[in-house]
Parts: sequence; C-alpha cells; structure tokens
Amino acid sequence: MTMISARDVRKRFGTLEVLKGISLDIAPGERVALLGRSGSGKSTFLRCLNGLERIDGGGLDVAGIDLAAPKPDLKTLRRRVGIVFQSFNLFPHLTAEQNVTLAQRKVLKRPADEASRIAADVLAQVGLADKMKSYPSQLSGGQQQRVAIARSLALSPTLMLFDEITSALDPELIGEVVGVLERLAANRDITMVLVTHQLGFARSIASRTIFMHEGRILEDGPAESVMGTPATVEFKAFLSAVLT
Amino acid sequence: MLRYSDLLAMGALRSLGLTALTAILGLAIGTGCALVLLYGSRRARPFVTGYVEFFRNTPFLVQLFFIFFGLASVGFRMSAWTAAIFALSINFGAYTTEVMRAGIAAIPRGQLESAASLGLGRWHTFTDVIAFQAVRNVYPAISSYIILLFLGTSVVSQISAQDLFYVASFIESRTFRNFETYAFVSLIYLVIVVLFRIASALVWTFVFARRG
Amino acid sequence: MRALNAGDFVYLLQGLLWTIALSFSALAAGGLLAAGIVALRLLRSRAIDVAIAAYVGLFQGTPLLGQLLFFYFGLSIMGLDIAAFSAAVLTLSLYSAAFLSEIWRGAIAAIPRQQWEAGESLGLGRLQTLTSIILPQALRAAIPPTVGFLVILIKDSSLVSVLGFVELTRAAQIINNSTFHSFTIFGTVALLYFALCFPISRLSRRLEARFHQ
Repeated sequence: MTMISARDVRKRFGTLEVLKGISLDIAPGERVALLGRSGSGKSTFLRCLNGLERIDGGGLDVAGIDLAAPKPDLKTLRRRVGIVFQSFNLFPHLTAEQNVTLAQRKVLKRPADEASRIAADVLAQVGLADKMKSYPSQLSGGQQQRVAIARSLALSPTLMLFDEITSALDPELIGEVVGVLERLAANRDITMVLVTHQLGFARSIASRTIFMHEGRILEDGPAESVMGTPATVEFKAFLSAVLT
Repeated sequence: MLRYSDLLAMGALRSLGLTALTAILGLAIGTGCALVLLYGSRRARPFVTGYVEFFRNTPFLVQLFFIFFGLASVGFRMSAWTAAIFALSINFGAYTTEVMRAGIAAIPRGQLESAASLGLGRWHTFTDVIAFQAVRNVYPAISSYIILLFLGTSVVSQISAQDLFYVASFIESRTFRNFETYAFVSLIYLVIVVLFRIASALVWTFVFARRG
Repeated sequence: MRALNAGDFVYLLQGLLWTIALSFSALAAGGLLAAGIVALRLLRSRAIDVAIAAYVGLFQGTPLLGQLLFFYFGLSIMGLDIAAFSAAVLTLSLYSAAFLSEIWRGAIAAIPRQQWEAGESLGLGRLQTLTSIILPQALRAAIPPTVGFLVILIKDSSLVSVLGFVELTRAAQIINNSTFHSFTIFGTVALLYFALCFPISRLSRRLEARFHQ
C-alpha cells in the first residue's frame, strides 16, 4: 500500500495554474525532500496532502483517503497526517503541554492523564521536558517549532508533513530542529515529506529528492544521485543559486 | 452632603448595574454584528453598516429622547429605565461592532489552519483556540469603551431615570449648593473610573499578558 | 398641541447653526490649549507632567454633564454673569484640550526613535529636530483622529441643551414641548446630526487610509 499516490494532480488559484500535473508515489517509511523555488508549487502540493487545499484535477490518495472525492473524509485524514508549519502556529494562550494535549483530548478523546503522559513523552523526545508549563511567548523560535512538532507527533500520525519549518528561524536555532527531525527519521513507522529550500537539511534527512519547477516535477530519485548529478538545467540553476 | 450618602450609594449602584447590563447586551450585539460583517451574507452587511454608522454619528441624548419620547408618541410606551437600557445597549453595540470585528479578524489564519490540521472541529476551534485570542485582542479597547459607557450613563438622568447623576440634581434642588454637588458627584464617578482602570490593568497582567 | 410647520424646521436649522458654532469654537480654543499643553510636556518637568496628567485624568474621568453644570454654576457663583454659551464653550474647550493633547502626544510618540537619532546625527539640536523633522510627520498623523474628535465634539455639544442654551437638541425639545410630535421631531434632529457628522467621519477615515500609504 502506498502512503501517497498522486496521478496528474492539478490546482489553480483563479486563473493561475499552480500545479500542472503532479504524479508520484511515496511508500510508507520513506523520507522525501520536496525542493524548488518559491512559486514552484511545492507548498501548495504539500497543503493538498492534508486537505488544506482542494485539488482541481487528477487523483490523489493519502493515507488511504481519496482526496479527489467530492467530500473527502478529512476527519480521518487528519488523524493520520500531521503537519508542521513555517510559522509554528502554536496556540499562544496555552502552555506547551496544553498545546500538545488539546487535540489528543478533543479529537482522539484520550483521557486527560493519558494525554498528559504522552505530552510529557513527546516533549522529552524533542528535548523540552523542562518547558512543559511555559507559554509560547516565553520560548525561542526553535523551541516553539519543536513544540509544534511534538504537538503533531502526539496524535501518532503515520505521515508527517513539514512546510519550510526552518525558514522562519534564526540560523543558530535551526540546528536544534534539524536534530529532532534526524532522530525522527530513524523511526521507520512514520513517513516524512519535507518542503524546504535548505539543501543541508534535505540531505541529512531525506533518502529521496523531488525537484519541482513551475508546477511540474522535473527530477525525482535517490537524494545522493539527484543532487550529485542534476539532470535538468533548471535544477542545476536552482542548486547553484541556493549553494552560493 | 454626607446626609445623602445612602442616596448617593444607591445611585452609584444603579449606574454601575446599568453599565454592567448594557455592556453585556452591547457586546452581544457588537459580536453578532461583527460576525455578520466577517462571515455573513453579502446582503446583510449593509444593514449592519447602516446601523453602526447611524448610531455612531448621532448624539446619545437624541437617541435616548427618540426612544423614550419618540416611540411613545407612536404607541411604544416604556419606562425610563427600559428606555435607558434599550438606548445604551443599542448605542454600545454600534461602537463595539468594529472593535470585535477587528479583534476576530486579527487572529492569524495559521491558527485556524493548525486547528483544522489537528482535526479540531468548528466548535472546538472556536471555544479552545479563537475565543481567548479574540477576547485578548479586544480587551484594551473594550476596557476604554466601558469607561466611556459608564460616564455616558449619566445622560439617562435627563429622562428622569434615577441614576447617580439624577441623585446629584435631586440633592442640588434640595440644598441649592449647585456647583459643589456636581463637583462632588463628578468626583465619585472619577474614583470609580480610577478603580476600574486599576482592576482592568491587574486582569490584563494576570490573565492576558503572557498568553499572547 | 399644534401641528408642525416650516417655521419649526427653520428653528431647528438655527439650532444646528449654533451647534456648529459651538463645536468649532471649542475645537479651535481647545486645540490652542492642547498645543500649549503638548509644548509644556516637552519641557520634561516632572511637576508639569503630573499637573497635566491630573488635568487630563479629571476631564477624561468625569461625566461631561457634570463638567458643564459645574462650570455653569461655578462661574456664576464667582460673580461672573456668564451666559450659557460662554460656559458651554469654556467647558467644551477644556474638555477638548484634554483629549486632543493626548491624541497629539500619541502622534508625536509614534514617530520612531530613529527619526530623532537621524536628526541629531545630522547635527540638529533637540528643538530643531522637533520642528523640522518630528512635528511635520506627527502633524500628518494627528489629523485623522483630530477630525474624528470633531465628530465626538458635535455629538457632545447636544449636552449643552441641559444648560438651556438653544442649540439643535434644545431647539428640538422646545418644539416638542408645544407640539408633542416627538417621533418626527427627534427623528429629524437625528438625521440632521447624521448629515453633519457622517461626512466628517468619512473624511477622517479617508485621511487615515491615505496617511497609511
């Protein structure tokens, strides 16, 4: 069973066609980096994967849910798919612990003490066991992002999506987030798709690289070979622009 | 002046009660109107805008006279207190509409997206994510407006509703000490306003400050 | 009890003219006083700042009705045989000055620190920086809320009716007392105030939008 199966996915915003026929298969346990310039459609495609955007054409199956259907089962989809955003989006009026327990209690209906136990667990995994009672305003960007990751992990997803999660961070805070993701990548039960423009990040975590350009996939293959020997002109240009 | 202390206390309590009641009613109206402006049908919005603009661009005294005397002359009679509550609530609702609208709109889209992505439904998103942040956003402005509302309740004395200011004119007519009476009663308002400001700042510090 | 006639409407319009006169006079006088207050603040004297804060707090923390009646009766006690109009203008001017000085102080404070630093780095003294760099910017920022305050002043002028002075609201009450067509009278008066205030509110909003470009 594939985790993600896309067949000629199309998406437009008004008259602008952002996704011009995306086709790919991602197997469970894979760690995939989605690279591309801003405007290439990579974030849009990611947001289609958890139903934040509706596709306009083609077929898309994620975690067993058919997203091309007129009324996709987003409720079940979002129990299986977690997403971490560039701007963290923590709930500012709740502590780190409360951020992590909220959906557990209200969506998964876990009892409060079990939710707290799991929260303590995942927050320890991301290295923030001592910040459980802190509010987001009291945490650095890197810490907030780690809480955001913990918040999604607490729901035991089978697929995790990461949308440029280091872009809003000061350089010295990126390392702590990368570290968390590297440890996560060792866990074969979770499939990971990362949208990023930071090659180092992609290299250290992903086993497969997909390069998007103007709404299409131009390169798709094992990370080492794709990045080592770019096949297309556009990808070559992208790599040299990002590396300088 | 001290002879009338219980009368003044009664008047003060009435004015405070009136403020509290009309603040709640006005906020309910304002929130409802804000939701219409943000999420309601296109055709409903001009009505809300019309209501807001009309009550913000006419004097409260005239609104009060219209409701108490004007409606009575076409058959809708009501007591002075009813007219006062009605007029103050509608007036306050017009002012709070914009504040509530801005406060709700200021909540970042990302909050709604992450709530949805976590699987939270509409109801839980509203109660657990949006509500607190909206209240926090509007708190400073609404605090100020409540003070203006409280001072504005003095106007209902003009239709003989027996609030604190009415007590002042009553005392004045008995004692003929006119400017001392008004000075003294105005200072009572001032003391209450100062106490409210302090309480409001304390609530902000202990409830809202860190959580934003 | 008689029917309403055209003469009544003319009477209302006369009241409207007095409302306008009252409001603009208070805005002008209050504005001058507010300018003085803002200037005094720049002296950075603790005593002056406390006095100003007390003055502002007093006028912002007491009902306007109380202020009007206080000055009306207070001034006549002092032997000044003062007409209701003068008491009204005096009170409304002091009231306006309190609010305007705060609005203008806010406009000046909103100018980023860097503007001051830029001025000083160019060799300008504090006063020169203030007049040639800070004030022009603050002035532009201050205009929309000041125009907005004019609307508040026009509405508040209706309370002057309590002193017996015949502006628009008092005119309405007088006609009402002999005709009792309250619905029509107060409805018309509301519309007259609206016709005066709404364009000014719109102007204030448009200026605000233009300023933020």
